[in-house]
Amino acid sequence: MRIRQSIACAIAALAAALAPAAHAQLGGWEPTKTVEFIVPAGTGGGADQMARLIDAIIKKNNLMKQPMVVVNKGGGAGAEGFLDIKNAKGDPHKIIITLSNLFTTPLATGVPFNWKDLTPVAMLALDQFILWVPADTPYKTAKEYIDAVKAAGPGKFKMGGTGSKQEDEIITVALEKQTGTKFTYIPYKGGGEVATQLVGKHVDSTVNNPIEAVSQWRAGQLRPLCVFDDQRLVYRGKVTETMAWSDIPTCKEAGVDIDYLMLRGIFMAPGVTEAQRNYYVALLKKVRETPEWKDFMEKGAFNQTALIGDDYRAWLQKEEQRHYQLMKEAGFLAPGK
Amino acid sequence: MEEINSLLHGFAVALTPFNLMLMLVGVVLGVLIGVLPGLGGANGVAILLPLTFTMPPTSAIIMLSCIYWGALFGGAITSILFNIPGEPWSVATTFDGYPLAQKGRAGHALTAAFTSSFIGALIAVVVITFLSPVVARFALKFGPPEYFAVYFLTFAAFVGMSKGQAWKTIASMMIGFALAAVGLDSVTGQLRLTFGFTELLQGFDFLIAVIGLFGIGEILLTLEEGLAFKGANARLNVKAVMETWRELPRYWLTSLRSSAVGCFMGIVPGGATPASFMAYGVAKRFSKDGERFGTGQVEGVVAPETAAHAAGTSALLPMLTLGVPGSPTAAVLLGGLLIWGLQPGPMLFVEQKDFVWGLIASMYLGNIAGLVVVLTTVPLFAAILRIPFSIIAPVILVVCAIGAYTVHTSMFDVWLMLVFGVVGYVFKKLDYPLAPLVLALVLGDRAESSFRQALLGSQGDLAIFFSNALVGGIMTLGILLLVWPLVSAGLTRLRKAA
Repeated sequence: MRIRQSIACAIAALAAALAPAAHAQLGGWEPTKTVEFIVPAGTGGGADQMARLIDAIIKKNNLMKQPMVVVNKGGGAGAEGFLDIKNAKGDPHKIIITLSNLFTTPLATGVPFNWKDLTPVAMLALDQFILWVPADTPYKTAKEYIDAVKAAGPGKFKMGGTGSKQEDEIITVALEKQTGTKFTYIPYKGGGEVATQLVGKHVDSTVNNPIEAVSQWRAGQLRPLCVFDDQRLVYRGKVTETMAWSDIPTCKEAGVDIDYLMLRGIFMAPGVTEAQRNYYVALLKKVRETPEWKDFMEKGAFNQTALIGDDYRAWLQKEEQRHYQLMKEAGFLAPGK
Repeated sequence: MEEINSLLHGFAVALTPFNLMLMLVGVVLGVLIGVLPGLGGANGVAILLPLTFTMPPTSAIIMLSCIYWGALFGGAITSILFNIPGEPWSVATTFDGYPLAQKGRAGHALTAAFTSSFIGALIAVVVITFLSPVVARFALKFGPPEYFAVYFLTFAAFVGMSKGQAWKTIASMMIGFALAAVGLDSVTGQLRLTFGFTELLQGFDFLIAVIGLFGIGEILLTLEEGLAFKGANARLNVKAVMETWRELPRYWLTSLRSSAVGCFMGIVPGGATPASFMAYGVAKRFSKDGERFGTGQVEGVVAPETAAHAAGTSALLPMLTLGVPGSPTAAVLLGGLLIWGLQPGPMLFVEQKDFVWGLIASMYLGNIAGLVVVLTTVPLFAAILRIPFSIIAPVILVVCAIGAYTVHTSMFDVWLMLVFGVVGYVFKKLDYPLAPLVLALVLGDRAESSFRQALLGSQGDLAIFFSNALVGGIMTLGILLLVWPLVSAGLTRLRKAA
């Protein structure tokens, strides 16, 4: 039963037929049927947006002969998608994009999968996290805000975030540990919702990704206090009338030494060949060279670190350890982990 | 009137031959997507999204939103003809639409559904055109307690409406809540009720349950009753359309109420599905013929369809102004905006006037195109009922199976659908209502998380649900609707005693 694929395939083939056909020839292996691009999250979120952008870039620039179809498998905090690709051993026609739930979901829920069960292809970028408050609050710096949280006492300030025991809550707990504060963390279903709840002042602050809150920032509804990274963002173009991404101080400058970046990377099923993996490495390299990709990176103020091969593996190894530590300290580990 | 000028400018943008063609293509594709259960509007739009990448953004959103309108229209078709909701928001349409079809009035039911959809959408578009800044500010007032109040109101509006014994309604609703609780608990991040089965991680999908409970359940019943569709004598002429149109003005108040419910739920954003249920419940409560709802009342088709379409249309407003999608399809469209280089949110109306007003103008035009397309298909669809059951039943079964498979591309869901089919059959045999189960399944999860988010914020203090006029007002309205049957029964008794 591959009916969905065939419907999608037919439509995608139509799309391919409509576009002028001039495919780049690549050496070695090439897909021989529709490639399924799994998003282990719901529609509309950061990972979904990126996957759909990649799909669109590939189609627009005819980077692949076979059609591609983006499929959302976000059940069980992404476990649905990860298990699907883990069980597709040796299938080169499936790729998956990750968010931090690659590490957090197995640790928090005990669902049996690990990045080592998959074949790492490439890190595309890293997503930043920024501490946001509503623009009409008096807090101009992270320090002022943290002081206010401290003064108000434990649990008085509300931090909104995406999901439970995932990146946003991990950062919140790290922030609490560093500053000796205590927030009431309120989990929502998606980053867009979180930003709106902050504008409506149903929560006091958030740690949204840049792309999730940039629009409200530009509209003068939200104020960025600090970015959870060692260095400032590199984008110097003005986003609002007075500020660029690079004007946002790091949290370290404000005395809160937390750096947390979220992986936006691509994996394949286990047991694929080297040639098959290389095909996607080359494909994604071409994607990253397009102007559309560069534009998207700047809009979302992404950290454009990109890794492949052993460097990527080493990074993953390190991040897995770090997430284990962070989640252990926060008490988020599933029993037996 | 600045809005009128902008709108006229929007029409100028939207009214090119290329865009008009895209509208028609979009509507036809949308209707097809709506007819196939499982392949929902969100999936359809997602699959077709890359097609639009080479178009100008305005043309692209016009085509995609027309797919969305088409899917909203199309969802009603299978609900009425076969008791299989093509889309979640057409579940409530089956309650009276299917009995109408069984009485040989499928043409009337379809016409009423399509026309009401159109009216609902039109009212919603007018709201968007003139009130978008106000409405966007209003939507910002909604935090977790307010969301819970809205879900509570939906349940309350719906609870008293089921026929038969109250405890059967409650039992059915509780099963729905239990099913909704399976999967990941979004508040604690823990898995619940999965018993170690990885297939249950994503919980029970509403669509699979509905396809099974309604579609397969109905086929099983028909099998038992002797392999005949009762709607076989459906009249096929265009007269049905005219007759229905003469009848519809009688239900103006229901239309108006349902549009209000729909716009409210779309903007909040609660979504089209709860809107349709709420509107049906409200219409039943306030209609003169409320007692006869569920036996094939045109009014019972008008209410949910008007509300669903009004909600579906107004759901685009929070997407455009706040960047928060009011429905899954709006979420995919949101992704589209980013791909075309547009940032949804408060600045869109300021910076992308052509795009926004072109889209709003296309809402008017797309819905007119949609109405024309679907009305011409009424005789065609009504004619399907003339096909012998022995031929159509296997076809329905296959379509249902494809639909269930499509939801997660998983064979497990097809088995699940069959299990739900048997459950649906047993429910009907034992005279348990299915609607409360479906309602609890679709809203249980969201109601629960808003409730718990609200209590997290208030440190467990229940007074949060009456902490301001907005949430308190909605809660009070809900409680009133809930106890209204008791009150009115009490009043009747008092009057009799006097």
